Amino acid sequence: MEFLIGIQGKGFVLMASDTASCRSIVSMKQDVDKMFKLSDKIVMSICGESGDTVQFAEYISKNIQLYKMRNGYELSPHAAANFTRRNLAEYLRSRSRYTVNLLMAGYDKTEGPSLYYMDYLASMNKCPFAAHGYGSFFSLSILDRYYREDLSQDEALELLQRCIDENELQVEP
Amino acid sequence: MKGEGFVWAYSGVSSRRYDSRTTIFSPEGRLYQVEYAMEAIGHAGTCLGIQTNDCVILAAERRNTNKLLDEMSYSEKIYKLHDDMACSVAGITSDANVLTNELRLSAQRYMIAYQEPMPCEQLVSSLCDLKQAYTQFGGKRPFGVSILYMGWDKHYGFQLYQSDPSGNYGGWKATCIGNNSANAVSMLKQEYKEGEMTMKEGLMLAVKVLSKTLDMTKLTAEKVEISTLTRENGKTVIRILPAEEVTAHIKTHEEEEAKEEAEKKKDK
Repeated sequence: MEFLIGIQGKGFVLMASDTASCRSIVSMKQDVDKMFKLSDKIVMSICGESGDTVQFAEYISKNIQLYKMRNGYELSPHAAANFTRRNLAEYLRSRSRYTVNLLMAGYDKTEGPSLYYMDYLASMNKCPFAAHGYGSFFSLSILDRYYREDLSQDEALELLQRCIDENELQVEP
Repeated sequence: MKGEGFVWAYSGVSSRRYDSRTTIFSPEGRLYQVEYAMEAIGHAGTCLGIQTNDCVILAAERRNTNKLLDEMSYSEKIYKLHDDMACSVAGITSDANVLTNELRLSAQRYMIAYQEPMPCEQLVSSLCDLKQAYTQFGGKRPFGVSILYMGWDKHYGFQLYQSDPSGNYGGWKATCIGNNSANAVSMLKQEYKEGEMTMKEGLMLAVKVLSKTLDMTKLTAEKVEISTLTRENGKTVIRILPAEEVTAHIKTHEEEEAKEEAEKKKDK
């Protein structure tokens, strides 16, 4: 079952995703990388229609790299997220939409760490924590209960483990 | 196309063969139309830009000062492009209006895509791509406009740029375009103190250079327009100085000038 999660703590964002490629009730593959490094300081995890995810992620990632080559500096996480949202929104209204859900995390010198949640309808939100896929049903309540803004990296990892444990308990493997 | 070449080959030997179209190099490797456009700017009202530690200043000469002229807008030569940028133009005003429209459009397009103000150099270079295209494609004349841009962005802070009809652009600490600009630039070169200028000193320098380069005995607030770009509480503030402030600056400049003059006499 697909699962993306992001938890922002003090000076960092923890990102995690599953590696399964599923079609209907069949699990096809267990080593899919759903995380894409967009630039030195931005990472994106993406899930959804399996062809769309890679196509869209590569399109965004190459555009962000092109921006860096043209201008000599990188796009900020805020700008990168809005750029991605804009593209997703425009494709949504074309004949060939991308059915993808994604999380984007980045670090900015002045803004600090940030995490953006985006779904296939191109709605976007900046969140302290976010999750996509079936795993989100079980994780969000845990995060809602135990999340703090000043989480350390170890605490965030512990919280992530809690979410994963709950998933394993609830979802039939 | 073949026929065209034939006609040209017999149309007489003079520069006329090369200056009726922008797309043609002359045998010396020059583009006459572009050079003529630069020439047009040499006759236009002077614009001056100075970058200091805490602001950027644009000052422009006002040419249309007729008593009967209805005041259409407060500012004649300084255009705001987006939250963090403004520009001043020298050249054909109608051409400039087209270009400022284009600049504003580019800035808003960037805003739509990234939800962030457009970095200064990107905006300048996007316009220069357009200017350049008019020196290469299709039987149209180039824009007879040079532009000074002042701006702030999070990457490089305060910035001052200049762009030409050819599509060339560059960043400057202080520069000048329009009538008598060469004199003004050499004066700026002498008087500009790198890294130690404040807004007040910048304004003084602007008034001083303008008063010496403009073709008039006495500088007045009707004849010049001064604007500043500063940062206050994390926001860019672009201000066009009201006439009283300009008058005050001119007055201080004149007083200082008189003082210097008096001291020189004493020394003699």
